[in-house]
Amino acid sequence: MSAPLVLDVQDVRKVYGQGETAVHALRGITLAVEPGDYVAIMGASGSGKSTLMNIIGCLDVPSSGAYRLDGTDVGVLDDVRLAIVRNRKIGFVFQSFNLIPRMSALMNVELPLAYGGVKAGERRKRALAALERVGLADRVHHQPNELSGGQQQRVAIARSLVNAPTLLLADEPTGALDSTSTRDVLGIFDQLSLGGRTIVVITHESDVAAHAKRVVRLMDGQIIADIRQSPVSGPPPRLEEVSL
Amino acid sequence: MNTLEVLRFAVRGLMANKMRSTLTTLGILIGVAAVILLVAVGEGASQQIQGNIQRLGANSLTVSSTTSGGGGGGGGGGFAGPFGGGGGQQQNSGPRTQAKDLTVDDARALADRANAPSVKSVSPVVTAQNQTATYEGASHAVQQVVGTYPSYFEASNKPVAQGTYFFNEDVLAARKVIVIGQTVAENLFGQVNPVGKQINVTGVPFTVVGVLKESGSSGFQDGDDLAIAPLPAVQQSLTGFGPLGQIVVQATSADTVDVAQDEITQVLNQRHGITGTAAADYRILNQATLQETVGAAIGTFTVLLGAVAAISLLVGGIGITNIMLVTVTERTREIGIRKAIGAPRSAILGQFLAEATMLSLFGGLLGVTVAVIGAQFTIAGITPSVVPSSVALALGVSVAIGLFFGSYPANRAAKLRPIEALRFE
Ligand SMILES: Nc1ncnc2c1ncn2[C@@H]1O[C@H](COP(=O)(O)OP(=O)(O)O)[C@@H](O)[C@H]1O
Ligand SMILES: [Mg+2]
Repeated sequence: MSAPLVLDVQDVRKVYGQGETAVHALRGITLAVEPGDYVAIMGASGSGKSTLMNIIGCLDVPSSGAYRLDGTDVGVLDDVRLAIVRNRKIGFVFQSFNLIPRMSALMNVELPLAYGGVKAGERRKRALAALERVGLADRVHHQPNELSGGQQQRVAIARSLVNAPTLLLADEPTGALDSTSTRDVLGIFDQLSLGGRTIVVITHESDVAAHAKRVVRLMDGQIIADIRQSPVSGPPPRLEEVSL
Repeated sequence: MNTLEVLRFAVRGLMANKMRSTLTTLGILIGVAAVILLVAVGEGASQQIQGNIQRLGANSLTVSSTTSGGGGGGGGGGFAGPFGGGGGQQQNSGPRTQAKDLTVDDARALADRANAPSVKSVSPVVTAQNQTATYEGASHAVQQVVGTYPSYFEASNKPVAQGTYFFNEDVLAARKVIVIGQTVAENLFGQVNPVGKQINVTGVPFTVVGVLKESGSSGFQDGDDLAIAPLPAVQQSLTGFGPLGQIVVQATSADTVDVAQDEITQVLNQRHGITGTAAADYRILNQATLQETVGAAIGTFTVLLGAVAAISLLVGGIGITNIMLVTVTERTREIGIRKAIGAPRSAILGQFLAEATMLSLFGGLLGVTVAVIGAQFTIAGITPSVVPSSVALALGVSVAIGLFFGSYPANRAAKLRPIEALRFE
């Protein structure tokens, strides 16, 4: 048998509030993502992209529906196990970077390893390697407020990768970045995808979506299109362009 | 995620807001220092007063007149105090038959084994206050010149360090010999050995035969600023042959002090013609009863001081809760981020609990330091005596306060759902 699906979302719904004021943010999402795929989830503002990503990332729970992450039914996990899943299987990249202030880049990147119980020496080695991979080897001791937006986002990517997660989740990772930084970040994602990492990127920019192997479109909490741009096993479509 | 790591995160959290951490620490510091120091002052006062009472002499009873107090009123052993009522036996109500002063005959009657078998020795005492003593150019106003019998030295616990006491023959012959206290010796003689030298007390020459052992300052008066001479010698030259100031009675043992007191009461009542409800014209200061009464009073006083200090410690604890709540609210987003990257609830709980506990422990340790340093100084005439159990208690309570008052905010932080924490602005 082949490896289990990284994501297996079955008819997931999310309702905020109750009665008259209830908002149906997700109205039955069914989505399967294979290992090594690079998926862009697109949609207008308010279409439910962030809600979906929070559920996939185990930060929030769906109102109904089932969800398996790497073969595990996440819905039945308790608090402690969920923390472990978030730590080991998912790497998060947020639009607003979400680095911890007053902690150096290195310490921010070490943090998931610390919570994962990795020893200090090993932790430092892996954190430095992750920072090098995003091209920040010379900025390891800078604090977030001493880094540009693009650099902060690269630190955040290093942090999301340092635990070698099954799934890299990014919610509008380039939303707060200029075009140069955007190109840097997308270049890193292409390289990661080439290396076999499974990536789900949420975006409303078609330029960003063009880098993905597959584009899923959301509207009013439902999937309205699911287009494959290049095969799962192959390289991401824009790889050459970026590396130039 | 081991303990050391949690502690390291906590330290980093505290260092991020130094001013706030410092002020919170200060609250605990003051509370802990106050508890330790106030209890130490109470204990110091207690020890000092107990010491003063002890200085009166072992198993001794002091009989003094309640009439005008002829012959000078100073306390038997340097203790003239506000606590006189404690062990004294005094009735100021009721009709008073003609009040009589204490006399040498009273003393003689008390020394009669047949009437008072529990009495070991009786020393009649007259006291002359502020007598100027001179030796070659040096001059010193002696606070008390006591005229008495040799038994006084033992009864009022005044051992001689140099030279000798005077003896019964000296009393019978009314010899002008004198035993002086350390303060007098220093002021008149400096480094010179006073024994055998002649001093003038208000113009009358006395030969120094001994120097008393240092007994220390009592806080009320200098216990070493006195001189003791045979009763008739003092009467002749300084006080005149009036009534006695006091009679110091030593009981045969600690167990017979109360019996001796009853015997004295009987003898004196008979001699002074006091019957039924008539008020006595003398009072008896019983050292043991006095000590108990004073001990109880000081105990209450110490508890009161401790309670006041404990309140300030509590206020410091509430300060910790307050700061931790603010910290948790302020760092909600940070908590969300930590949870998103896989921080378990226990790590968040541990971090905030550790922060609160460190604040209180650090404040507590500083408080102990401040208190111990503060206790080296004399406060309001009292040398504080640090009670080890109060240190342990104050430190323990401050850590408990950190844990207790920190656990509410810490729990709130740990229970936050990651998405709620992340959305928090
Ligand atoms: N915490 C919330 N409470 C209530 N409604 C919410 C909440 N979060 C999102 N929504 C609503 O759910 C819908 C989807 O939001 P979201 O997933 O953030 O969309 P997107 O990320 O695509 O812009 C929106 O209508 C939004 O108003
Ligand atoms: Mg969004």
